Amino acid sequence: MITWTIRRLVQAGFVVLAMTAIVFVGVHVIGNPVDILISPEADQAERARIITSMGLDQPLWRQYAYFLRGALHGDLGRSFVFNEPALRLIAQRMPATLELAVTAVLFAMVFGVPLGLYAGLKPDGFLGRAIMAGSILGFSLPSFWVGLMLIMVFAVQLGWLPSTGRGQTETLFGVPWSFLTWDGLRHMLLPALNLALFNISLVLRLTRAGVRETLPMDFVKFARAKGLSPARVIFVHVLKNIMIPIVTVLGLELGSTIAFAVVTESVFAWPGMGKLIIDSINVLDRPVIVAYLMMIVLLFVTINLVVDMLYMLLDPRVRLERKS
Amino acid sequence: MAMFGAREFWETKMRPSFRALSGLLLSFGICLTLGRAHGQTLGIASSAPVTSIDPHYHTFAPNESFSAHVYERLVTRNAAGEMIPGLAVSWKLRDDHTWEFKLRDVKFHDGTPLTAEDVAYTLNRVPRVKNSPASYSIYTKAVTGTEIVDPRTILLRTDGPYPLLPNDLANIFIIPHGLGPDPAIEDFNSGKNAIGTGPYRFVSFIPGDRIEMERFDAYWGDKPYWKHVTYRIISNDASRTAALLAGDVGIIEFVPPTDLPALRKDPRVTLAEVVSNRSIFLWLDHAHDGPSPFVTGPNGEVLTTNPLNDLRVRQALSLAINRQGIVDRVMEGAAIPTGQYLRPGSYSYVPDLPPTPYQPERAKALLAEAGFPKGLRVTIHGPNDRYVNDAKIIQAVAQMWQRIGVQTTVDAMPWNTFIARAGKQEFSIFLLGWGVGSGEGLNPLRAQLATWNPARGLGTANRGRYSNPAVDALIDQAMGTMDDGAREKLIQTAMKRAMDDVPVIQLHLQKNIWATRKGLVYEPRVDEATLAMGVGAMGVRESK
Repeated sequence: MITWTIRRLVQAGFVVLAMTAIVFVGVHVIGNPVDILISPEADQAERARIITSMGLDQPLWRQYAYFLRGALHGDLGRSFVFNEPALRLIAQRMPATLELAVTAVLFAMVFGVPLGLYAGLKPDGFLGRAIMAGSILGFSLPSFWVGLMLIMVFAVQLGWLPSTGRGQTETLFGVPWSFLTWDGLRHMLLPALNLALFNISLVLRLTRAGVRETLPMDFVKFARAKGLSPARVIFVHVLKNIMIPIVTVLGLELGSTIAFAVVTESVFAWPGMGKLIIDSINVLDRPVIVAYLMMIVLLFVTINLVVDMLYMLLDPRVRLERKS
Repeated sequence: MAMFGAREFWETKMRPSFRALSGLLLSFGICLTLGRAHGQTLGIASSAPVTSIDPHYHTFAPNESFSAHVYERLVTRNAAGEMIPGLAVSWKLRDDHTWEFKLRDVKFHDGTPLTAEDVAYTLNRVPRVKNSPASYSIYTKAVTGTEIVDPRTILLRTDGPYPLLPNDLANIFIIPHGLGPDPAIEDFNSGKNAIGTGPYRFVSFIPGDRIEMERFDAYWGDKPYWKHVTYRIISNDASRTAALLAGDVGIIEFVPPTDLPALRKDPRVTLAEVVSNRSIFLWLDHAHDGPSPFVTGPNGEVLTTNPLNDLRVRQALSLAINRQGIVDRVMEGAAIPTGQYLRPGSYSYVPDLPPTPYQPERAKALLAEAGFPKGLRVTIHGPNDRYVNDAKIIQAVAQMWQRIGVQTTVDAMPWNTFIARAGKQEFSIFLLGWGVGSGEGLNPLRAQLATWNPARGLGTANRGRYSNPAVDALIDQAMGTMDDGAREKLIQTAMKRAMDDVPVIQLHLQKNIWATRKGLVYEPRVDEATLAMGVGAMGVRESK
């Protein structure tokens, strides 16, 4: 178990290293941040001064070496645009994205499981069919469009909810959170729903498929024959059995929801990491791009590692396989 | 399958809980409609993020738009872009290279009075801001010495005559010398150092989201109407419009032209528009004497010379463009055709330089005369995320050129890729824009049309490498002329001379467009800044 964990960690380290190299070269090929940041009225001497001060006059391999040396000391460089450490910038924006992603995944559970359950129990009913048809829309509608429609309906036409932004925040553990204030919650509802739409459809379909698969099984018949109430059969025996794949998928979806909330954050002007990375790519703010992608890779590596470890703890078969 | 009593299960167990759930959601929705905050607060939606509260960190329009609320300049500009007294009551020349500025009797937000020492301190600080990605020192480097005569009078010396000093200083925000040597940027962002003399005090800054400001009641000028201002960043065009329609903000800037037809008819909204000093044009390649990279003969054959070096070809390409058509169809009326960089009415605008007329027949004749009766094959490059409808404009131009026999392909790309390649003379014909911040003609002449000369800092944005010694000489002469009237004549002569060469094909001047909620009015500004001070309520006296 320990050697296995160490091996996985070393692998993860190499993945991160390879990623930094790819990003470094990739961003270098796109263009020169100085061309974008500099005032159009600046003269050639000023341009040269900025190139030197950013260290961009050095050859690429040396810039990369400097970066690696800094990274080993926990310093991923300063943003060219904000003149703040890239890591601090990302950490500043992270809570906003985290709470949005977590809320979206919660929505996926709260709406996805009951709807899927219903569609699984009544596959031929009108409502069951309607739910399934709706889930196709949830999968296929582009989220920027859905986001704008949500704003048009709930903010512009009905005036129930604010259109964009994060609203009031309340500090907890030194970090501002929206979910602690009423105003913050109101601001969060639409973007979280928009982000959740795909996941709701996913959970819904997984639940439905699970229910349809489990209902004809012997243990369900047996439970019925034993005279258990329908509610107990459904909620204890059926639901428990189908939850394992759903939880696994949701865990992985949490990762991608955090990493790829870009579109929703842009449409709702939500000041999270996704908006930061898009702005940074537009102005080629290299340190922020690299730091962000490193963090995302770390996030996925960690989630995968945890999931693998949980499997081993939960499923005796996986453990036995490894022993033999 | 029917072995399981799904229906009865649904009826007895599930349906009530679904009902309860929908009831809950409904009441949630009703609760949400309550409690919208109103009052003396103005919400502004800005289109691009403010990167710092430090007014000397980054020469970047969104930063300046915000900074103008908290800090002030010696010389400032009115909505039409003309220079007016700011913190300086007056300025005059003592001799050809010494300017005297008289300061206004005002107080900073922390209560200390503004003195000449603050001006000297600011001018000294600007070039020393650490890690600035685009320094304001380009506007202070002309000042070679300062002399404090008395607390209200300061002398600024330049190295030889420099008529543009007031224009340059109209970019520099004054901060108090009490901030000490090398005030840290972090302390500006936290608010500790965010002290100016402006009509609003800084309250808080959440990067990428919003800035809160409050009226400074001891302000020397007209009191602004709004007590609180929330300056929000909403970069997505459609979301910005939606935020206005929903009433979350009172004013939005850079209204996207696609929304214009609908907003013009919308009773909830008032539009404010003005022609800006930002012109959109096509650069032509003057750098290559041999073949130009993206120009070939009509059958793709490599040419031995660069056809764009022939004046007749450049004129033909310009005559083939229907500028009014682009303005009406592509820009939805949010622009006017132009033949030069400046907007009509500006200092040094050239009256006899109208937009090039649309004459495709003459264009064909000129091409034939230049030795290309069968036309040419060219590629236009341009950004697709920088100027209003940039990619659509070059598509329209390509179609018009097609009609005079110039087979044109379009290659639009993101700005971050485009601008680096344009600076390396990799393109033959490419779209760019230029905003004349100083509002006078020497700015585009020196940056765009003067011969590229790093040693003298001229032609810095001359990406097509146009060069005409006669124009260079006129620019030098104008730079040494301190009399405004005489200088204007020289600038006009130089500009006319240059534009007759068709170094660039001017297309149009963009309009700056704001939209406010009905009942609010905004005085549209040539400089693109969105200022809470300029937003008035109907029936209330507008500030300034």
